[in-house]
Amino acid sequence: MSFFKRFAQNRGALGGLVILGLVVLLALLAPFLYPDSPWRMVQRPFLAPGEVSGFWLGTDVMGRDVAAGLAHGAWVSLLIGLISTVVALAIGVPLGALAGYFGGKIDDALMRFTEFFQTIPNFALAIVLVAIMEPSTVSIVLAIAIVSWPPVARLVRGEFLSIKHREYVEAARLVGQTHRDIIIKQILPNTLSPVIVLASLMVATAILLESSLSFLGLGDPDTMSWGYMIGAARTVMRQAWWLSVIPGVAILLTVLALNLVGEGLDDALNPQLARQR
Amino acid sequence: MSEPLLRIDRLALTLPDGADRLYAVDNVSYDLSAGEILCVVGESGSGKSMTANAVMGLLPTGVHASRGRALFDGQDLLAMDEISHRALRGRRIGMIFQEPMTALNPLMRVGEQIAEVFEAHGLLTPRTRKEKALALLEEVRLPDPEAALRAYPFELSGGQRQRVMIAMALALEPELLIADEPTTALDVTTQAQILHLVKDLQQRHGMAVMFITHDFGVVAEIADRVCVMREGRIVEMGSASEVLDNPQHEYTRALIEAIPGDAVPPSRDEAQAKPLLSVKGLDKVYRSSGGWFQPKREVVALEGIDFTVDKGETLGVVGESGSGKSTLGRCIVGLNTPDSGEIRLNDVDLRALEGRELREHRRRIQMVFQDPYASLNPRIRVGMAIAQGPIANGVAKAEAMKQARELLATVGLDASAAERYPHEFSGGQRQRIGIARALALNPELIVADEAVSALDVSIQAQVLKLLDTLKKEFELSLLFITHDLRVAAQICDRLIVMQKGRIVEHGSATEIFLSPQHAYTRELLAAIPGRAHHAEPARAAAV
Repeated sequence: MSFFKRFAQNRGALGGLVILGLVVLLALLAPFLYPDSPWRMVQRPFLAPGEVSGFWLGTDVMGRDVAAGLAHGAWVSLLIGLISTVVALAIGVPLGALAGYFGGKIDDALMRFTEFFQTIPNFALAIVLVAIMEPSTVSIVLAIAIVSWPPVARLVRGEFLSIKHREYVEAARLVGQTHRDIIIKQILPNTLSPVIVLASLMVATAILLESSLSFLGLGDPDTMSWGYMIGAARTVMRQAWWLSVIPGVAILLTVLALNLVGEGLDDALNPQLARQR
Repeated sequence: MSEPLLRIDRLALTLPDGADRLYAVDNVSYDLSAGEILCVVGESGSGKSMTANAVMGLLPTGVHASRGRALFDGQDLLAMDEISHRALRGRRIGMIFQEPMTALNPLMRVGEQIAEVFEAHGLLTPRTRKEKALALLEEVRLPDPEAALRAYPFELSGGQRQRVMIAMALALEPELLIADEPTTALDVTTQAQILHLVKDLQQRHGMAVMFITHDFGVVAEIADRVCVMREGRIVEMGSASEVLDNPQHEYTRALIEAIPGDAVPPSRDEAQAKPLLSVKGLDKVYRSSGGWFQPKREVVALEGIDFTVDKGETLGVVGESGSGKSTLGRCIVGLNTPDSGEIRLNDVDLRALEGRELREHRRRIQMVFQDPYASLNPRIRVGMAIAQGPIANGVAKAEAMKQARELLATVGLDASAAERYPHEFSGGQRQRIGIARALALNPELIVADEAVSALDVSIQAQVLKLLDTLKKEFELSLLFITHDLRVAAQICDRLIVMQKGRIVEHGSATEIFLSPQHAYTRELLAAIPGRAHHAEPARAAAV
């Protein structure tokens, strides 16, 4: 069976993929649908959805178009989620690989280093980092990456520990392959499937983290994001509930979609386990 | 005897779509009466275990019975609902599994696990359950049953665990015992004891036993009747003596012949040659550092090992699990580091080398691994898997790939195999690829660690033959590590017998098989299943 067929057997995952596709489409089309800045005040504030034609999601406290904010926010959320995950992988995978492959003192040193990050609550550390570096897209991406790489390192280390004693790795040592070749060519490709699954879930967590940071006012002041929209609307929750609910639903759907896709990937990459369902 | 206890009647089990054949078993019929041992023999994929699984209601998902019946005492097991089937399982039908390591719950004491069998069927009181468990452990002759009752599975050896499994299967005195390869994971001497125990218990309780095995030696030891299966069909059935002495079907004949049953090696010319590898005073101790509350553990794996391998010779290293034979092989290729001692290849002391020089000489000793499924990287194409050794040693990629294709032809595979992934090959073919990979670096010595143990007998014979041919063609020396004396007899010129990290006996293969000096060697030889059966006709012929 092909990879996609196995993936498609999990209906939830297929649904997740569709939602995710729509969000990506929205993000890509944002500059064309709403060429103006989402920060511009375009109408009277507190318009309910559908009240005035052309503003089908209404306007916020300052009279900005909610639909434009949603579209531009999608771009920001996805981009930050994706880049911070890539950065987290770039830190976690090599550290985990070295720790697992060489073991002993290197393993001890690297794992104590990892635990140092794990002992500090994620969100608290992210807030501190953004506050120190001043809020900007780059600092947010870095902060999210720095708090989310330890699980990757742990996972990759575990996979390396189990795979490095396989006979094919020993055979590679016997024919004289260098450590670098064994790590990159023999072991790493075999650890990829759990890492891919973890990465898809990490994108979802990163989006949540970014929203939480923006909600607290620690977002990039120049970019419109879903978390900022909720944060700005929280004081008017009773007068204009839709201002917090609409971006909230957008976050919910995106995170849900990513989780469903992650589960589908897990099934497709580990067919033996998937068939038990 | 009137009505058989178990009657399998034209049973067909359908495999899920996309499997390599339509039926797991097709049109299989056999009877099993009380007090009888039926051996179901076949190679892997013959469907021999599937019928037993159908009887136990343990068919894997996707497989279902499409035709036929399985009558147990007149009731059709296949038509039965789960609740009444469960009442039969354990109570009237017992089962023993192959892997004693995984069939017991690691977190539960042995006594509790046996008591659980009674509990599951709502029998006896907790106190009597415990007494019964003790009685059962005595019956399966565990040393110190009182202590075994309180032991966790990891504290017992493989053979002891299998005895516990048998005790559990016997707990409710079933009328039918299904044993699925119960001795395959055990050492020969332990295997002989377990076979003896099963036969003894069967006679005392008058049980019917369905014994599933791939080993005709085991069949000769235990069977009353034999049913030979191949690709889901029965090819031959009859009493043990009929099938073993006068096999009708050519497949049965091939299986029986594939076992070097008489276990006496053909005599070979003792070539005068100079030693290629010499090992002196090799020691290796495995130490686990103790914690605050546990003492340090030391396990002596090798102690004062001395031997030589001549050029063009095959030296067999025989021993049971834990004898240190694998550690020896790993020390020689350099996967483990010995504590002290000397390993010389020609006149180079391998232990004194480091870095680049070591890598240079390591090339001269290659290894063929035991598990054909674990020894090839699932994500690397076969051709590349073979070529990566030469590439790592500086051969250009195109040249190395060309060599790889030639080597595949040498080991009897099509050159197009180079473009395929390992999962497309059978166990025997993968082992050939493993051999090709070892040959790619033009080694002088190949260490084969249980290289044929995971293969079916007929495949085993082919791979051994291939090794022998290649050895002559490439002027190789072979260090052949095995637990199976029958295999050693087939291929080795000289043997060393290891026990608990020491060499207890060494000599030419013929000497060791015909006049073993050490008590342990004699014990090993006596434990070879089916030896008595084959020895008799041979002796008769000699007189």
